[in-house]
Amino acid sequence: MELTTVWFILIAVLWIGYFTLEGFDFGVGMLLPVLARNDTERRVMINTIGPVWDGNEVWVLVAGGATFAAFPEWYATLFSGFYLPLLAILVALILRGLAFEYRHKRPEADWQANWDRAIIYGSLVPAFLWGVAFANIVRGVPIDASFEFTGTTLTLLNPFGLLGGVVTTLLFLTHGALFIALKTDGDIRHRARALALRLGAAAAVAAVAFLAWTQAITGNGNSAPAFVVAALALVAGLVAASRGREGWAFTGTFVTIALAVAGLFLALFPDVMPSTTDAAHSLTATNAAATAYTLKVMTWVALVFTPIVIGYQAWSYWVFRKRIATHHIPTPELAAEGAGAR
Amino acid sequence: MDVVEIARWQFGIITVYHFLFVPITIGLSAIIAIFETMWIRTGNPVYLRLTKFFGKLFLINFAIGLVTGIVQEFQFGMNWSDYSRFVGDVFGSFLAIEGLLAFFLESTFLGLWIFGWDKLPRWLHAGCMWLVHIGTLLSSYFILAANSWMQHPVGHSYNPETGRAELTDFWAVMFNKVQVVAFPHVVTACYLTGGAFVLGVSAWLHLRKRTKDEDRPMYLTGVRISAWIVLVAGLGTAITGDLQGKVMTEVQPMKMAAAEGLYETSESCAPFSVFTVGTPDGRHEKFAVTVPCLLSFLGTGTFDGKVEGINPLREKYAEEYGTDPGAAYYHPTDYVPVIPVTYWSFRFMIGLGMGAAAGAALLLWGLRGGRRPQARWWSWLALSLPFAAVFANSFGWIFTEMGRQPWVVYGLMTVDNAVSPGVSVGEALTSLLVLTGLYAVLAVIEFGLLVKYVKAGAEPFVEPPDPSLSSSDDADDAPLTFAY
Repeated sequence: MELTTVWFILIAVLWIGYFTLEGFDFGVGMLLPVLARNDTERRVMINTIGPVWDGNEVWVLVAGGATFAAFPEWYATLFSGFYLPLLAILVALILRGLAFEYRHKRPEADWQANWDRAIIYGSLVPAFLWGVAFANIVRGVPIDASFEFTGTTLTLLNPFGLLGGVVTTLLFLTHGALFIALKTDGDIRHRARALALRLGAAAAVAAVAFLAWTQAITGNGNSAPAFVVAALALVAGLVAASRGREGWAFTGTFVTIALAVAGLFLALFPDVMPSTTDAAHSLTATNAAATAYTLKVMTWVALVFTPIVIGYQAWSYWVFRKRIATHHIPTPELAAEGAGAR
Repeated sequence: MDVVEIARWQFGIITVYHFLFVPITIGLSAIIAIFETMWIRTGNPVYLRLTKFFGKLFLINFAIGLVTGIVQEFQFGMNWSDYSRFVGDVFGSFLAIEGLLAFFLESTFLGLWIFGWDKLPRWLHAGCMWLVHIGTLLSSYFILAANSWMQHPVGHSYNPETGRAELTDFWAVMFNKVQVVAFPHVVTACYLTGGAFVLGVSAWLHLRKRTKDEDRPMYLTGVRISAWIVLVAGLGTAITGDLQGKVMTEVQPMKMAAAEGLYETSESCAPFSVFTVGTPDGRHEKFAVTVPCLLSFLGTGTFDGKVEGINPLREKYAEEYGTDPGAAYYHPTDYVPVIPVTYWSFRFMIGLGMGAAAGAALLLWGLRGGRRPQARWWSWLALSLPFAAVFANSFGWIFTEMGRQPWVVYGLMTVDNAVSPGVSVGEALTSLLVLTGLYAVLAVIEFGLLVKYVKAGAEPFVEPPDPSLSSSDDADDAPLTFAY
């Protein structure tokens, strides 16, 4: 296999890792005002993702860095072309990341309410905008002969792009609700499961419409099966959820997101960013790539270290495998006496 | 303002801001790992209290360093897309490897450290912080290798067909001679900074009237350990800095000439400038206080070595790189950096860094044997140390990056040619204003939190659960040891 193809696949893997993992912590963040009835429940929700959200977020940093290295032309066109949406994503991720750490650092109610807002919008904005961005990458954008994006931010806000944003938002909401159902106990677990079913139904409708539209404009024989199995996995996941099988339900949305993203990349290949101006200006896995030597060096590094990373990340999920319920949250009095006094 | 100017301001502000937190993170993660390891080895509760206390301050600082780091990676593509196209092959690969090797390690094991108090055996818990520290070191190695390549490009060839620098030798970039001196210099500076942070906070708490008397020995332990870290790291910073100066004199003579305000070449025995004022056009010296021959020694290792001056170098560069607007990948430009910025940032870097080390020695002496001097200035001295160290780092970077102007990649690409051609002034300005405004607000919040938690001091000792001893049934229903 060509190294450029290997790296196209690896970039797809990194984005699949990002969307399947950070997808649920975005979902948990967006659901904060919906699912939690009081501060203790909000803390239960935040603590389900507390140990892992940061590791999940690194997937996007590595995806960005790997694109920079393996496909510099793609990185340059994409990041300078999608300037303002990326700025919005950056601001959202900054506020959200700080919110997890700073929210409980002061007892005042308005301090915590402000950081809660940072978690909610900091999750919503990237969840939506990544969908918009990916829809536009797959559909193609105006690119000129020197590989420069010639559109504006409004170019990106077309119906297909907006639908893409709605789909990622709804899928992540469902994914997040199922994660809460899987990781909590008591009242909130049941509410999360019920909500996941309703969100999942809406996500299924939007996702099927979007994937069918994608298949119609740019799909091929490889993307179609991925999209079909993605849709089936979502339905199977919701059936499992309705029967109280939370592990299988979460696996269902996990597979759905993984295969939907895989399908988008399959529909894209061999392009990495098609030009709607002239097909001759399209960025492809070949003309956007770094040199063979760089790809070779990076392939070795990736082959050695990716399994190690997946190994210790999986272990960290194992360490925090227990469900969290309201009685696990230390009370303020306990915290005042010294964390963990018991 | 044009896009280049806006993008440069953004890069400068965003990067210097990010690097306020990075050295503290690198240094402090090592010191916390040391405290926790000493607790496990000695069972002395003092070390656990110090671990938890500085751990809390560390997390406040780490959070902001982490989120501002995301912007660093994205802005190469957003504001400097032509740079990204030109160097993706070399610079991009080092950035990607940094992410894969370092960022995952830091974030995953920090998560385990924060939430793992009641879930991991003690040695494994301490090991998590060591791994976080190793992650920060790996991160600095790869990002500095990328930066050192921009300072002194090696291991690549320029391909005129694709118009970009192509990697030919990975190990040459890894062990670039600039990198080999820059990495130890930056890392020792980080230990100095982390040490100065612990020293400043511990000494201030020890000296403070409100501190409980039974807690003073604990803070004194913090003072003793961190003061020695500062002193050793300070010595290391000075030695590596001297070596770096010699390499820099060789590979970027203009940067060092500007750092010295040396306008004309000195054939032998170049003087070291303590204070120089030049003409506004940066061509002539007006007034200078100097130490004879010291610059020759610093730059070349001998007291009569030849050191090139700004004016002859300007001629030489124009000859070498041309002033021809049609030239392939450089721009007609003036090859002299802004001299006052280069000159003064160099002096502030050294002065503040060495000042912090001197302050550490003074505190170690003043607090010897548990003494508690009453004069107010001791407290102010303690509190000034972290700032001195942090700003020494900032000035170091300002010097390194500004001294390379007009190049973004030395001798290969100028900053003017690196900017994104498709980005409008409106977009660039929006980004500059939004990020600068946001960072300003965050600085206030972060500083407020640090002050609050420093004033609160270390929490009382609570024996943490040891999961290797307790039966899992009890642990299941107990509240979490640490929860957000």
